[in-house]
Amino acid sequence: MSAALFARLGEIAGPGSVEKDPRGLPRVAPDSEESLALVCREAHAQRWRIRIEGRGSWLPADAPADFALSTRSLDRIVAVSAANLVATIQAGASLERVRRTLHDAGLWLAIDPPGNPERTLGSVVATSTAGPLRQGFGPVRDHVLGLHVVTGDGRVLQAGGRVVKNVAGYDLTKLQVGGFGAFGIVTTLHLRLRALLPADATLLLAGARDRLTLIARELVATGIPYAALELFSPALAAGAEWTLAVRLMGAPEAIEPEAARLIGSTSNSWHRLTLDRATSFWSQASRGILAGAVTIRLGSVLDGLDELLDLLHQQIGEGLVSAGAGSGSVRWSGTAGADRIRELRRLTAAREIPLTLERAPWDLRRRLGHFGAYREGVGLLVGRLREAFDPTERLQVAIEGSDGD
Amino acid sequence: MNVEEVAHALSGIVGPRWVRTRRAELATFRADGLPTHESTPGLVVLPANRAEVIAVMRQLEHDGISFVARGAGTGLSGGALADPTTVLLSLTRLNRILGIDAVNRRARVEPGVVNARLSEAAAPLGLFYAPDPSSQTACTLGGNVAENAGGPHCLKYGVTTNHVVALEVVLTDGSVVRLGSAQGECWGPDLVGLFVGSEGMFGVVTEITVRLEPIPVSVRTIAADFMALRAAGETVTAIIASGVVPAALEMMDQSCLKAVEASIYATGAPTDIAALLLVELDGPTESVEAESALVEALLRRHGARDIRVAVQALDRARLWQGRKKAFGALGRLAPDLVVQDAVVPRSELPDILDRIAAIRDRLGLQISNVFHAGDGNLHPCISFDRRDPELSERVELASREIMTACLDAGGSLTGEHGVGADKMAYMPAAFTSATLHAMLDVKRVFDPGGRANPGKVFPTHVCREWRRGHAA
Repeated sequence: MSAALFARLGEIAGPGSVEKDPRGLPRVAPDSEESLALVCREAHAQRWRIRIEGRGSWLPADAPADFALSTRSLDRIVAVSAANLVATIQAGASLERVRRTLHDAGLWLAIDPPGNPERTLGSVVATSTAGPLRQGFGPVRDHVLGLHVVTGDGRVLQAGGRVVKNVAGYDLTKLQVGGFGAFGIVTTLHLRLRALLPADATLLLAGARDRLTLIARELVATGIPYAALELFSPALAAGAEWTLAVRLMGAPEAIEPEAARLIGSTSNSWHRLTLDRATSFWSQASRGILAGAVTIRLGSVLDGLDELLDLLHQQIGEGLVSAGAGSGSVRWSGTAGADRIRELRRLTAAREIPLTLERAPWDLRRRLGHFGAYREGVGLLVGRLREAFDPTERLQVAIEGSDGD
Repeated sequence: MNVEEVAHALSGIVGPRWVRTRRAELATFRADGLPTHESTPGLVVLPANRAEVIAVMRQLEHDGISFVARGAGTGLSGGALADPTTVLLSLTRLNRILGIDAVNRRARVEPGVVNARLSEAAAPLGLFYAPDPSSQTACTLGGNVAENAGGPHCLKYGVTTNHVVALEVVLTDGSVVRLGSAQGECWGPDLVGLFVGSEGMFGVVTEITVRLEPIPVSVRTIAADFMALRAAGETVTAIIASGVVPAALEMMDQSCLKAVEASIYATGAPTDIAALLLVELDGPTESVEAESALVEALLRRHGARDIRVAVQALDRARLWQGRKKAFGALGRLAPDLVVQDAVVPRSELPDILDRIAAIRDRLGLQISNVFHAGDGNLHPCISFDRRDPELSERVELASREIMTACLDAGGSLTGEHGVGADKMAYMPAAFTSATLHAMLDVKRVFDPGGRANPGKVFPTHVCREWRRGHAA
């Protein structure tokens, strides 16, 4: 079937849009939303299974399928409005290119997701992978004003809009952000931007983990709007101890007093990084997550953070941890088998903490699911939603595990 | 619906006192905050707790009766209206604050808790609930969730969806689902985000967990007078583009200022100006001072005639009074007031204000503007007397023209009031058929029988096409 399928994909999307991936699977990268929708429509009609890909730099491109559908050719930066602080960008554009383009216009997108800077924007949105800046600027969903999505059967839907406030109709955007592609393939994004901030200070404090979480809680209590307040495990911070990293962004008059207060602290030895070193520090922490084959995400209320980190340590080892010391969002990366993660998920669920499998080889994703077990009644809703957006289950996305819990 | 039979069954659940069937009693629920739509429910039931809500929902499921959930009825889209074949489910008795967790900055509340009451309860702990719709002293948090309500301070802090982390929902068959988590991390797909703003069409919320914010150390309010609306609009764009994110950035036009100054809410603000801009900055003192200097410079550069700065709470309240009481003051101009709620990209504000003025002049209407300028969220307020059918027609035409102009400018037909019954007709202009049908698919996931708040958001012909598509 592969040759016929290869030829058919070429007919629909143009011969230059189809290639074979390293495992010999046809991979089509349509260069327009319409063409991508046609591919999905044909897959729906022919019962072909689709593996969704960006640039393959976050989730392994290993889901079993009849062909791979990549957004990498949908990479146009369609519009950037400095006056409105809004951009329209196709999902296949790389984060790094978006960053450079916006920077040239005096703007930025306040997200710092883990992984490679060449990751596509669509990948960040579909997996809702926020980084340390979630402390000051919110999770990924807060930056997405609207989007276009192609359903598993090839319908093109618009969700949200291009304005910062909008309650017209149901908020389909929220379903797509963090939906891992189970409800469609995001093709275009309308994003909320910010003007570049004139000053950016990073300060680090090394020490025992529980002492750092205590200090972080004291910082949170000050009410100062930190851009990031992140706790890194020794392996991720490349140090001998845990590291608490504080990032302040804004006008120099606004951030320098707090930076000076921290440096002047007699009880803690904060040290401030130069801008170059700070850029390198945050970038290495982002990329460092990729060193583990498995990445999971959890969220605890602040006074449960220590207990959650202890639990992680006991169940799957210290690993590479990046924890929002002010937000309670925790990312763990390392090596862990299905049994361990399943048990961890059971234990965290009992503490009312959801566990999302962000990144793992297909076998683990298939067995455990990105989300795994839902609370009572929710699985039924999610199943019906999938049916509404992908009626014949063409999109090979393991949001639920096959192992059960 | 046999009202007597249904009333009898529901009385068995909530007690006869909490089922209303008399015409005079039902009249209270005939309208919400929008004067152009009225509908009398078949009966009203007021459950006291989650168990009663579940039992009521099961009874209605059993009888195949539609329902409309309602909070304080302060909505401005006709979204909480029920017709005589429908039961109105008032949630105002579920009004307990279940807990405030100061360490984790969370509150658990029932849906009937009044918005402002939560901030009052959190204040001694140094916290507040940020979304602050104009009706915050009356509107309920359940209603805020249904409409994804906003308010002046949402410019910096975000709207309701940015503050709700978890929900307990009773679905139309009486089953209960818990969505989200106390920290805010999604438990599966973001069903909390999907539910917020669903206008009561997915189910009934019985518990809400929200994020609270620390009360800022320093707050500064700046009022600036402009002699031209366009200059004020351009200043808004300049402030936003500067990188400063004010806590609030509001605008009132001359018509609105005059109405306020002629009312008991008068504060002595000038009425010879074309527009007043209110800018509020909050945060650490150093930050507020730095931002204030920048904003004041921008206001002057764009031609502000006079700038007044208030730091103390009483002085700030005085500057805010006109804005907060504007709708009340406008209510004096004529028997009826329609408040529109369109959104435009912020850079379009100067042009759209010109277009609204042109529509006002051409149709001979009294239109006042008081709105969330920083968000581009317009509230053109049309004063009229609905007993005059010809005037009402012109009001309808003006509303349509304003909405169309905002959509043409790349905006949205509603920023915080919801579509409800009022703006259904514009939905096909805002979304493709495929998108509208997908929304109806989502409604069916939560409400397979289509009994939750029927006849809202989607025009009849769209629902008909959708049903045909599914029958094919």
